[in-house]
Amino acid sequence: MTGDVAVLGVGLHAWGKWGRGFVEYGTVAARAALADAGLEWGDVQSVVGADTVRGGYPGYVAGATFARALGWQGARVTSVYAACASGAQAIATARAQILAGLADVVLVVGADAAPKGFFAPAGGDRPDDPDWLRFRLLGATNPAYFGLYARRRMALYGDTAEDFARVKVKNAAAGAANPYARYRKPVTAAEVAASPVVADPLRLLDICATSDGAAALVLCGQEYARRRGVADPVRIRAVSTVTPRYPRTDLDLPDIATDSAAAVPEPPVAFRPSVARAAYEEAGLGPDDLSLAEVYDLSTALELQWYEDLGLCAEGEGAALLREGTTALGGRLPVNPSGGLASFGEAVPAQAIAQVCELTWQLRGQAGARQVPGARTGISVNQGLFGHGSAVVAVR
Amino acid sequence: MARTRKPVVQGWFTGDGDGVGDGNGPGSPGFRLLGTRCGDCGAVFFPRVDSFCRNPGCAGTELTEVPLSRRGTVWSYTDGRYRPPPPYVSDPAVPWRPYTLVAVELAAERMVVLGQAAPGVTVADLRVGMPVEVVPGVLGEDAGTVWTTWWWRPVPHDGRGRV
Repeated sequence: MTGDVAVLGVGLHAWGKWGRGFVEYGTVAARAALADAGLEWGDVQSVVGADTVRGGYPGYVAGATFARALGWQGARVTSVYAACASGAQAIATARAQILAGLADVVLVVGADAAPKGFFAPAGGDRPDDPDWLRFRLLGATNPAYFGLYARRRMALYGDTAEDFARVKVKNAAAGAANPYARYRKPVTAAEVAASPVVADPLRLLDICATSDGAAALVLCGQEYARRRGVADPVRIRAVSTVTPRYPRTDLDLPDIATDSAAAVPEPPVAFRPSVARAAYEEAGLGPDDLSLAEVYDLSTALELQWYEDLGLCAEGEGAALLREGTTALGGRLPVNPSGGLASFGEAVPAQAIAQVCELTWQLRGQAGARQVPGARTGISVNQGLFGHGSAVVAVR
Repeated sequence: MARTRKPVVQGWFTGDGDGVGDGNGPGSPGFRLLGTRCGDCGAVFFPRVDSFCRNPGCAGTELTEVPLSRRGTVWSYTDGRYRPPPPYVSDPAVPWRPYTLVAVELAAERMVVLGQAAPGVTVADLRVGMPVEVVPGVLGEDAGTVWTTWWWRPVPHDGRGRV
């Protein structure tokens, strides 16, 4: 397909709490991706960085930070901020540059050194900032947001705390086989149930930790890949980066309220499913074509939501899909074979890129003990605060 | 020196948060959240939007203040078992007491509004779909100021605002 770009190289810095700077993590991941691609840094014509700020998530720090660390060499540079979708938008930017003929080979990097505990907005009194307001007025943390959706699922669909724990058990089992994951030991349902409640009904082991980590990709045009002797690369076929449609009636922090649907009817497709739908339409395929999916399991309950939003099952049937083993390694459609954020934790600008690294390893057949047999098509999907949604479709 | 009452954010609810209008304190039917309504398309916004209508099909710039429904039903709820980071204000010397958050669906406005529950209301007191009402609340106090806010509270059984 003419719109495809090739993934020539992938690289991660292991997730964890390492106590060093994000520039170091990103540079390690970038060098790993370049080595995987068989390229020198000097071959890169453009670098796209997913932004972070030192010690938090509103973004100030940029592609140029990594270009400097790798050694100034005059490449085109771009910086992208889209909260949790920053990495996917960095990939979208690199892809657009390649397809527009602005660059043959682009390095995409995202890295972070996350603070301990809750994410919080930048300092100062900023009552015109919804993110500041939700903390100041309500103390509404990200886990509180996950808790609202988890409780809503229990009320509407009959999901149980045991269902949520099953997601953690599944993802921890996969993450135990991933050398880049922060947590690499199996977790039992009893351990989830014994962990303290953070935001009812979610417990500590239902919620992903804040982590340090980094991920990088080397993307190039298909002709460039052929010239490099790579005849059958993993290709990125679609990147959706859509906004919600008005009126947005699914509550999304940092907003304290939804849009009103009193004057204008709700859009036929809500925001999260619209993210997946845009990617499917661009890729010319659907959920039945998938071999695997990497989804943002910021909480265990949210993973179940994504099953439905990706169209893997009907609304309300996510827990049933999980219980029958479909989404586990060895199931018909493994979700988060990397171990997911449950095993990695959050390193905001890196994680959407790390999802595509996992898709690449899976589609190349290089995923080792967590390999999905015969994987040909994968999707990653995520959602960033402030109305950012992104999904990436990769094929082999 | 007497502390003055100030809304923690200006213009989001009536008066100084003291239930002004027709009486004082919890249960006062005068206390309302305040949104705005577009004069062209009728779209309602909370928090208030004052300059430009956010409906993409509307060029309206005249938005007028409207009180939101006093009652709604619980869309979902959760709590905070750990102390949130600043700018949430809490005294680290005082043991943390979890607060409850309630997302409330307003039928007339067809929107969901999040707020803290009144003190003493825990997740055990709530269920999705139950009726709640908005009441004046206090977010915190400092040397010179009582910072007022809104709270959601289950509608008392007698329906007359007494608990």
